[in-house]
Amino acid sequence: MPNHLIIEGPQLGVLRIALHRPEALNALNTALLAELAETLAVAEKDAEVRAVVITGSQRAFAAGADIKEMAARDLVGMLEDPRQRHWAAIARFNKPIVAAVNGFCLGGGCELAMHADILIAGEDARFGQPEINLGIMPGAGGTQRLVRAVGKALATQMVLTGEPISARRALEAGLVSEITQPELTVERALAVAETIATKAPLAVRLAREALHKAEDTDLATGLRFERHAFTLLAGTQDREEGIRAFQEKRPATFNGH
Amino acid sequence: MSEAPLLYTVEDGVARLTLNRPDNLNSFNAELHAEMRQALKAARQDESVRALLLTGNGRGFCAGQDLSDRNVAPGAEAPDLGESLEKRYNPMLRALRDLPFPTVCAVNGVAAGAGANIAMACDIVLAARSASFIQAFCKIGLVPDSGGTWTLPRLVGMARAKGLAMLGDKLSAEQAEQWGMIWKVVDDELLADEALTLARHLATQPTRGLALIKRALHASADNDFDAQLDLERDLQRLAGRTNDYREGVAAFMEKRKPSFKGE
Repeated sequence: MPNHLIIEGPQLGVLRIALHRPEALNALNTALLAELAETLAVAEKDAEVRAVVITGSQRAFAAGADIKEMAARDLVGMLEDPRQRHWAAIARFNKPIVAAVNGFCLGGGCELAMHADILIAGEDARFGQPEINLGIMPGAGGTQRLVRAVGKALATQMVLTGEPISARRALEAGLVSEITQPELTVERALAVAETIATKAPLAVRLAREALHKAEDTDLATGLRFERHAFTLLAGTQDREEGIRAFQEKRPATFNGH
Repeated sequence: MSEAPLLYTVEDGVARLTLNRPDNLNSFNAELHAEMRQALKAARQDESVRALLLTGNGRGFCAGQDLSDRNVAPGAEAPDLGESLEKRYNPMLRALRDLPFPTVCAVNGVAAGAGANIAMACDIVLAARSASFIQAFCKIGLVPDSGGTWTLPRLVGMARAKGLAMLGDKLSAEQAEQWGMIWKVVDDELLADEALTLARHLATQPTRGLALIKRALHASADNDFDAQLDLERDLQRLAGRTNDYREGVAAFMEKRKPSFKGE
């Protein structure tokens, strides 16, 4: 039973995970990260789960890592830090994640949000990597995923000054795909995830892998991967069903094969 | 008269903020800023508050910044006025404008500089017939602040905004009403009563719905038509979930007066 997460579902194919450390603005301590990695590992094997929504609270998605915990680690402690394993497990999760971000989304919180495939932000959300203010730097993808999401200039400014950006700025920069009224963020994220959950799981999975390739390979390799993935889908029952349903003007029912 | 630079009371769902430095035309010094910050925070957190009324004691509403509180001695280093806005005025204006219930301003006398723009940041502005508005900034080499350069063109149009801001002429309350800069002019002796009655009325209305109206209207300044339609859809979705909406419809169907709880 997780202590720092509230897990609901899956409903309509969507598993809902709420970060829940209200006393610490959902700061990501090691226990929370471990619970999240474990929850995703279980969700990966559950055919009922076709997409995941991760939310925080109205005040904060997650306001960073647990400073107290970090302060207690010396160099050797850092080298053997179990957190790296948890982050890697979250990054490896093979189903779509939609993050619903309200309020503070800082440091490790921002890095976690960037592990999601799609970010929906409330208008009052604030994204930042304030690690530099503590004499450290982002350590869970902040410097890498931020550059890919918002470009070098803005990412550099955010990481080196530690100053956060608004939801609107994040939308303009491409860090998030939509901004909405704070009261509707979670609802909207669920709606997006529920839509994805109605699609053919294999198509979703391969499309997602192809999209990931786009971030870290050259165009020729990416195009080759895309073609292979596209070809793979030709052998699936769901492709037949999808095309037949389209021709018969009815909604498709996908079974994941 | 109490010595406190700001009087704050809550009654009948109305938070009353009275600027109380009458000898200085209620101009802002560090102390008044601190009290305003406290009061706006208290009003926002007080569950019983469903409307705010802002007014001033004495013959002026607010003369803006107290210049004696600003050290610009000859030969001294130039002050960083940006810092003063960032730390004091801007947080106050944001807090005032973002309050999740209606705000009424009763302009009881001259509203100059930041004082004029603080008044215009309220939702509904009433002014005494003898009151006036002065964008005094240009007279001392400054730029209208406290949202003035944003609010003025939207309320009176660019031509009048430029005239007011660059000439610094006094605008009478009656002219302000004719220009649509404020809601209404009231005879001096009636202002306090009328403003309080209005604030009390607003405090009995569907507060969440009114807060959403504010959000929509504020956003309209920056949205295109499409984005605003999307916003109306989202805000209406929220408004439709309030108990006050149910009550409003039920009262209409049952041909009775609605009783709104602000929820």
